[in-house]
Amino acid sequence: MGRVAKVTMIQAINQALSLAMERDSRVMVLGEDVGKNGGVFRATEGLLENFGEARVVDTPLAESAIVGSSVGLAVGGMRPVAEIQFFGFIFETMDQIGTQASRIRFRSQGRYHVPLVIRAPYGGGVRTPEIHSDSIEAFFVHSPGIKVVTPSTPYDAKGLLLASIQDPDPVLFIEPMRLYRAFREEVPDDWYEVPIGEARLVREGSDVTVVAWGPMVPVAEVAAQKAEQEGISVEVLDLRTLSPIDTGRIVQSVQKTGRAVVVHEAVRTGGVGGEIVSLIQEGAFLSLEAPVQRVTGYDTPFPVPSVEDLWLPDADRVLRAIRTTIHY
Amino acid sequence: MNPEKEFPIQRVIDEEGNLVGDRGGVTDDQLLSFYRSLMTLRTLDQRAWNLQRQGRIGTYPPFSGQEATQVGVVAALEQDDWICGSYRDWAALVYRGVPMSYPLLNSMGHPVSGHIPEDIPALPVQVVIAAQILHAVGLAWAAKLQNQPRLAVTFFGDGATSQGDFHEALNLASVVKVPVLFVSQNNRWAISVPVSRQMNTPTIAQRALAYNIEGVRVDGNDIVAVYQTVKSLAGRIREGAGPALVEAVTYRLGAHTTADDPTRYRPSEEERALSHGEPIARLRRFLEKQQLIDADGIRQIEEEAKAAVEAAVQEAEAYPKAAPETVFDHVYEELPPGLRDQRQRFQVEVSERGGARG
Repeated sequence: MGRVAKVTMIQAINQALSLAMERDSRVMVLGEDVGKNGGVFRATEGLLENFGEARVVDTPLAESAIVGSSVGLAVGGMRPVAEIQFFGFIFETMDQIGTQASRIRFRSQGRYHVPLVIRAPYGGGVRTPEIHSDSIEAFFVHSPGIKVVTPSTPYDAKGLLLASIQDPDPVLFIEPMRLYRAFREEVPDDWYEVPIGEARLVREGSDVTVVAWGPMVPVAEVAAQKAEQEGISVEVLDLRTLSPIDTGRIVQSVQKTGRAVVVHEAVRTGGVGGEIVSLIQEGAFLSLEAPVQRVTGYDTPFPVPSVEDLWLPDADRVLRAIRTTIHY
Repeated sequence: MNPEKEFPIQRVIDEEGNLVGDRGGVTDDQLLSFYRSLMTLRTLDQRAWNLQRQGRIGTYPPFSGQEATQVGVVAALEQDDWICGSYRDWAALVYRGVPMSYPLLNSMGHPVSGHIPEDIPALPVQVVIAAQILHAVGLAWAAKLQNQPRLAVTFFGDGATSQGDFHEALNLASVVKVPVLFVSQNNRWAISVPVSRQMNTPTIAQRALAYNIEGVRVDGNDIVAVYQTVKSLAGRIREGAGPALVEAVTYRLGAHTTADDPTRYRPSEEERALSHGEPIARLRRFLEKQQLIDADGIRQIEEEAKAAVEAAVQEAEAYPKAAPETVFDHVYEELPPGLRDQRQRFQVEVSERGGARG
């Protein structure tokens, strides 16, 4: 039996990277400030010392170069884990992700594939400057050929990241910044994987299903606790993977509860929430007792820090949506 | 600095077929073999144009005029070296061994054209301008990290040098010092935009200075000069000298694609003047002057080229169609459940329509 220790999400991510590099000499880490500085959030701390500068690479400040060269590295036999310092900066490399990393397998009819992980911190709640807090996962869920994974706990962060590094296809691994050090959880020191594509049942309930991911999972949990005090039994699902979505799990839950609320930080229109509502009405229409509610960011750019607490979905907004479905 | 002086155009054979440089170790047999390859590729290119006009293939981007650069570069490489080209670089791929039917199948919309045969380390042709330059850097980097003695070569045009990916690639390659050769085919036109509006520098090769890498300007219509230049650069790169940039000065003899009409934007005087130095006529003049070939030899090569191209056309047209549902098969290694459902529904819809349309 391996040891278990209570660690934060950022420590769990660091452990996963370290384990993957130990086990497989093809695994390498590249990005801005990932070497000597250990990453601006310290996700890559200690890796340079342990694995050397050939495999832990401080790149020039160029996101397209980071992802574009990673595509070549991956096709050429390496297992790159690229870091985009903040998710909002990924706009700089949309082409290399949207038309390259995600399409090489398709374009080459399976001759080549791109086992690449792109890590990026995202989400609000930490008072960042502009563009640092954006939740733009929908762009990538809308891009065939790449998977989109986002943990909400230290345990899942480590297991999902190891699964992502093992995955033969490109994986966008987005990490909720506000949860990096929010809490500790028991995490095994050893290698384990959490399968990509499977939602996690956070909390069982019978009256309404709340679907959330990443930074919104703890918010959904608080809302569920508050609802319980009002006699409403809430089931909470953490999707963990946004592409491919675990449709079966969502539909199964809503067939049981008959009501659903989808929560995300991202702006409302064209968000992944709309897709989930669609999947629910396709798969559980006859079970529905009320229209599915969405609790999301607003259709504006991510606001300045003085407004962000009001802009971001919080437990009270989720609770109000839960009540709406109950009292429909 | 006068860039055109600092980066003089390397040339061995001039437009008239005169030897104006050092042939070095290039043998007569090699020259004849080059001529055969260039002629076959030109025949293929022209045939593809006609096939499009007959409605037998779709949009096709001709490479006529650029054969000497593409063949000269690939001839100077080792079998194991990576090739990352654009949609106009089929000559390089075919010379390396990709079936001649592939560029035709590509324009017929057949997905197999992206499946480069297993024994050829080349990426499928790239449509996004300059994207492949970064892939070549990554492939070269992977080779270096795995101690493989191979390098990566990437082809791109003059227009690609305006893209951010060009800069990001050359800068990164220089910083991590990887074995990559950048080959810019300056064919003077990016669809309708002349190179003079693409950049305010007289050469592309001079950009190498900014990255502290070697830059060479070569006559891209002179296969001997291209071959020698790349042979020596590739040798140095293989020994660890880091990346290099070649500007092959050439000319796009035809249109951007079969959907383009260059008479709208390109002066015919320029076409006449610059076509004269095109690679095949030039090599033929040289071979004739050196008495390495006579009229019969030329005719024989032309006939062989026609026969080879005819066989490729037949192969392409007889190639089994891809089943429509295979569009789902190479999105991920394993089909996710939702995509599996879509594939099934698609199959049902296709069969209800009576199968794929021809």
